[in-house]
Amino acid sequence: MTICRGFRQGANVVALALLVLAIGCFALPAWAEYADVVLNKRAEKEGVRPVVFPHWFHRIRFRCKVCHAELGFKMRVGANDVLMSDIIDGKFCGACHNNEIAWGPERCDLCHTGKPGLPSGIYGGHETGGPGRW
Amino acid sequence: MGNCVGATWLPLEDDGVHDPLAPGVRLLQQPAEALGRLTPDSAGNYVRWVEALDKGEIKPREALRSKAAPRFRDDDILLNLKGGMPIVRFPHRAHTLWLDCSNCHDHLFKAVAGANKLSMFAILQGEQCGVCHGAVSFPLTECTRCHSVARSAVNGKPAQAAQGGALVPAAK
Ligand code: HEC
Ligand code: HEC
Ligand code: HEC
Ligand code: HEC
Ligand code: HEC
Ligand code: HEC
Repeated sequence: MTICRGFRQGANVVALALLVLAIGCFALPAWAEYADVVLNKRAEKEGVRPVVFPHWFHRIRFRCKVCHAELGFKMRVGANDVLMSDIIDGKFCGACHNNEIAWGPERCDLCHTGKPGLPSGIYGGHETGGPGRW
Repeated sequence: MGNCVGATWLPLEDDGVHDPLAPGVRLLQQPAEALGRLTPDSAGNYVRWVEALDKGEIKPREALRSKAAPRFRDDDILLNLKGGMPIVRFPHRAHTLWLDCSNCHDHLFKAVAGANKLSMFAILQGEQCGVCHGAVSFPLTECTRCHSVARSAVNGKPAQAAQGGALVPAAK
């Protein structure tokens, strides 16, 4: 039930909210466009640059449900185990990056553009302790 | 980070995630070029995404291959009728334009008004509404966009208490 929310708890939450947002302002490593995702579970270990996935670019062309319902991308950074062999087989990014809907998997340079050393995560500020942080 | 550094889109080479030395970077579209044309906002991508869609500035596809009709819902649900902040209005319309029901029901929210124990703590931790808001959808800095209904506007209507903390007006 959502009933017993006293004022004191409310005040604490406001303080917490301001603290979290203040930390967000000062501690962020990067100024990426909001909602950019870095995928780097294996890329750098395997000798290529991390991948940068821009949400802003894709949501102009596709609704969230295309990737997160129809294609089954889990909404949590790092929760999808993306292998290059899967992409070439038409899974994950390869469902579109197949030279049909968009350019194909041979264009390594367009996806592997991340700064070396960046951990997987969601970037771009206004952050909370979001799922990508865990 | 507009609240900290001013509302601009940084060039990709300077944004801290792209490697300026990567050969592909100069082939990519700059955010300012695409987003600067859309209805402006003061945070996040600096785009009012729902308005941009409603006005036809963008036409994002609803499906790749699926022939199933997109699922849509048009009611608003009022959450948090008892706290100190203005009441939260949750609009199904804005959400189902972008998302499928399965993105929220039932793993994030039971589909019964008032049945979920929501809290700002959890949201700031990236749970509940914070799965998307603060990550991809407009950020949590925009308190009043969720806490948008003055308490005085709904106070004293007995129906809300009977529904366990949520009020569901008829669909438009
Ligand atoms: C073109 C495909 C695509 C579209 C469209 C898309 N996403 Fe994503 N989304 C992804 C990928 C890829 C990831 C990263 C998954 C990973 O790292 O395993 C992701 C991650 C996420 C995450 C996790 C962030 C975190 O903090 O862990 C959220 C939340 C999310 N997306 C929400 C959305 C919303 C909301 C929309 C619509 C406005 C959307 N996405 C549209 C592909 C997409
Ligand atoms: C459509 C985008 C895209 C393109 C194009 C692409 N990759 Fe990837 N690649 C990814 C993603 C996403 C991952 C997963 C990153 C991670 O989590 O480490 C990945 C992972 C990898 C990995 C590590 C995992 C594995 O399966 O070995 C290697 C190596 C790799 N890519 C090489 C390449 C090469 C070489 C090309 C060009 C022939 C290429 N990639 C083209 C998106 C792409
Ligand atoms: C639902 C389809 C879809 C999926 C899934 C998808 N993309 Fe794309 N992507 C596109 C389309 C369409 C374009 C634009 C192609 C064009 O301009 O011809 C694009 C373009 C891009 C670009 C170039 C953006 C620019 O500035 O030109 C990158 C980088 C990219 N995708 C990365 C990825 C990665 C990484 C993944 C997987 C994690 C992915 N995409 C998954 C459809 C998709
Ligand atoms: C994405 C929507 C969203 C945003 C943005 C948001 N909130 Fe909330 N907030 C909620 C929801 C949902 C609840 C829980 C309602 C309930 O109790 O059922 C809540 C509850 C609260 C509560 C506890 C209940 C009360 O009214 O006292 C406080 C305090 C609060 N929010 C403060 C804030 C502040 C401050 C901000 C801006 C920094 C903010 N919220 C931004 C959705 C949001
Ligand atoms: C972005 C997340 C989200 C999406 C997407 C979503 N819902 Fe909901 N839904 C909610 C929330 C939040 C509530 C309110 C729960 C509460 O009051 O505790 C709710 C409540 C409901 C209720 C209960 C309403 C009532 O009057 O009791 C139904 C039924 C429902 N949703 C159906 C759907 C259907 C069908 C879809 C797809 C067309 C959908 N929802 C999409 C978040 C979502
Ligand atoms: C699964 C992802 C997701 C979840 C969970 C979610 N939202 Fe949203 N929300 C979106 C998207 C996508 C939009 C479209 C606007 C955007 O992306 O900025 C949106 C827009 C909104 C809007 C503004 C609509 C407009 O007209 O601009 C409100 C208000 C809102 N959400 C409140 C909530 C509240 C309150 C909750 C929790 C009860 C919640 N959202 C949970 C994804 C989500």
